Amino acid sequence: MSDPLRDLENTIAALERTMRDTGADLMHEIGLLRTKFDAMRYSKGSAAESSSVPHTLSRWERVQLARVQGRPTGLDYVERAFENFVELAGDRAFGNDQALIGGPATLQGRSVMLLVQQKGRDTKGNIKRNFGMSHPEGYRKAVRLMGLAEKFGLPLIALIDTPGAYPGLAAEERGQAWAIAESIARMASLKVPTLSVIIGEGGSGGALALGIGNVVLMLENAWYSVISPESCAAILWRDSKEAARAAEALKLSAQDLLELKVIDEIIPEPAGGAHKDVDATVQSFTDAVTRQLEQLSTLSSTQVLENRRERFLGLGSFELRD
Amino acid sequence: MLEVRGTYLPQNSSSGPLTDLGWTTIGGYERYSSVALERIFRRKKPQLAEGIDVPELWSKCPQCGAQTYKKDLLAALMVCPTCGYHNRLGVEQRLEFLLDAGSFEQTSGSVYPLDPLEFVDTESYRSRLERAQLKTGRPDAILAGRGRILERPLMLVLMDFSFNGGSMGSVVGEEISRAAGHALERRLPLLIVCASGGARMQESALSLMQMAKTTVALQKLAEAGLPYFSLLTDPTTGGVTASFATIADVIMAEPKALIGFAGPRVIQQTLRQTLPEGFQRSEFLLEHGMIDLVSTRAEQRDTLARLISHFTRAGGLT
Repeated sequence: MSDPLRDLENTIAALERTMRDTGADLMHEIGLLRTKFDAMRYSKGSAAESSSVPHTLSRWERVQLARVQGRPTGLDYVERAFENFVELAGDRAFGNDQALIGGPATLQGRSVMLLVQQKGRDTKGNIKRNFGMSHPEGYRKAVRLMGLAEKFGLPLIALIDTPGAYPGLAAEERGQAWAIAESIARMASLKVPTLSVIIGEGGSGGALALGIGNVVLMLENAWYSVISPESCAAILWRDSKEAARAAEALKLSAQDLLELKVIDEIIPEPAGGAHKDVDATVQSFTDAVTRQLEQLSTLSSTQVLENRRERFLGLGSFELRD
Repeated sequence: MLEVRGTYLPQNSSSGPLTDLGWTTIGGYERYSSVALERIFRRKKPQLAEGIDVPELWSKCPQCGAQTYKKDLLAALMVCPTCGYHNRLGVEQRLEFLLDAGSFEQTSGSVYPLDPLEFVDTESYRSRLERAQLKTGRPDAILAGRGRILERPLMLVLMDFSFNGGSMGSVVGEEISRAAGHALERRLPLLIVCASGGARMQESALSLMQMAKTTVALQKLAEAGLPYFSLLTDPTTGGVTASFATIADVIMAEPKALIGFAGPRVIQQTLRQTLPEGFQRSEFLLEHGMIDLVSTRAEQRDTLARLISHFTRAGGLT
């Protein structure tokens, strides 16, 4: 059994070496990991890693579980729950993003189109996958594959796991905001059923880009929010160490979002988190996704489109006055 | 060309540049002082020393420091006659500059924000809302209505940056959806003037969902063959840029407006280096193919009128 705290420490050290050796700029990632490391050290010995009290986890502890090394990543689900996956690369314009991958696969004998936000399983993987943070070409590839799904009548399944879209110079130059907006718009307009599952981190617009599901599912310890707790804390409390408080205020847990109708169903995790029993987690995932897909397949293409539109037009909280 | 109607006096003093940045949006620039922004974008320092007693009839340009008689500045649509700097506008002033005199009929205003998360940071969301409502006289960061530009009827939505940094929560999402619905019903083209730090943190995931909601509402307009124009003003960032602002049929921007996804502060922290001059400004985006045109305030009415004519003839409008 690995020690997540030590793993994280090793990851940070490895990143620092990589940065020194190659000159690659990883300050942002290292900063994120350090925050995570501090938080984990702080909460070690408390409920985060204990399997006996899953129902008393704080929101912040769930955020840490959503990020823990060893938690199943998108490809773990692709490999265990799906068959015949063919990865299709490229946006046909600029490049091939490694943080957002996709292609057709079969689920219980039925062909579907998969879009998967992929984090690395280790340091090397995380550098390759840019920590699950896509550049615009990732979202443009997603738009392309959405088109293929519609053309060939495949239901779309999107696995969401990103701290957010990458906030860098090149990403801005190539139109990060435009790419996300296009992805939201395309997914909203699809005439095939769409199903989004937040499997880990649902970081803001970068997550929403794949979040326009007829049905939106969420793992028990995943988080989904307009902003990460660290960034929220940095802005509102002017101190990213207040992330635990921000996580509480943002109401970013699956239970919160079910109550707000942002998601439709919670996929249960084993006691202690998804990484404690990956097979069981994937089984719960497969059960829920298969059942939801079955229901969606009874809808006509018009109903699929209209139901999804009504779902999102109905979200919000306000009152009418004269 | 543009006529200026009477002597208009600004209804609040918050239209000056970079004076109202204490708000809580996720674009990342909200804690910038004008000093910091000047450093980043290497604005020229004002040429007059601070502390000189400037009479209120005169206004000093924050970019070039030139003194302009306030009446002349208004006649120039709050654009510095010396250097072309576009001062930020309040919502009422924008309306006055953009529409034919007396043509505006407000349709928004009955949708009020709630506090679904009971959000409290250093101040409660409720108290922030009350202060912003008192300051602006609006329920939330948006104003919508029908109007005319050079006799062409249209539906107009204006975001109010002085209300919570123009941030998008449930009310902004709902009012944009309603405006799109209204445009659809009356077969009017739609113009949204954007000014926003992004999605509103205090409504968390519900704010995020407004990016999807506004997109869906605008798609219905698109399917009916009605044009949607966005005019991006300083600043437009975060979730607003990543949703309705950039899916317009034509995207216009005011000169030198800050437009982007992540705010400059966030990017600087990522890169640990000074950003290139002009980065994320309108002209930069035009060069990179992200927007259709940069339009000065003096040109906007004429350009919009032409576009409306080109794109609505088939729909039976004159």
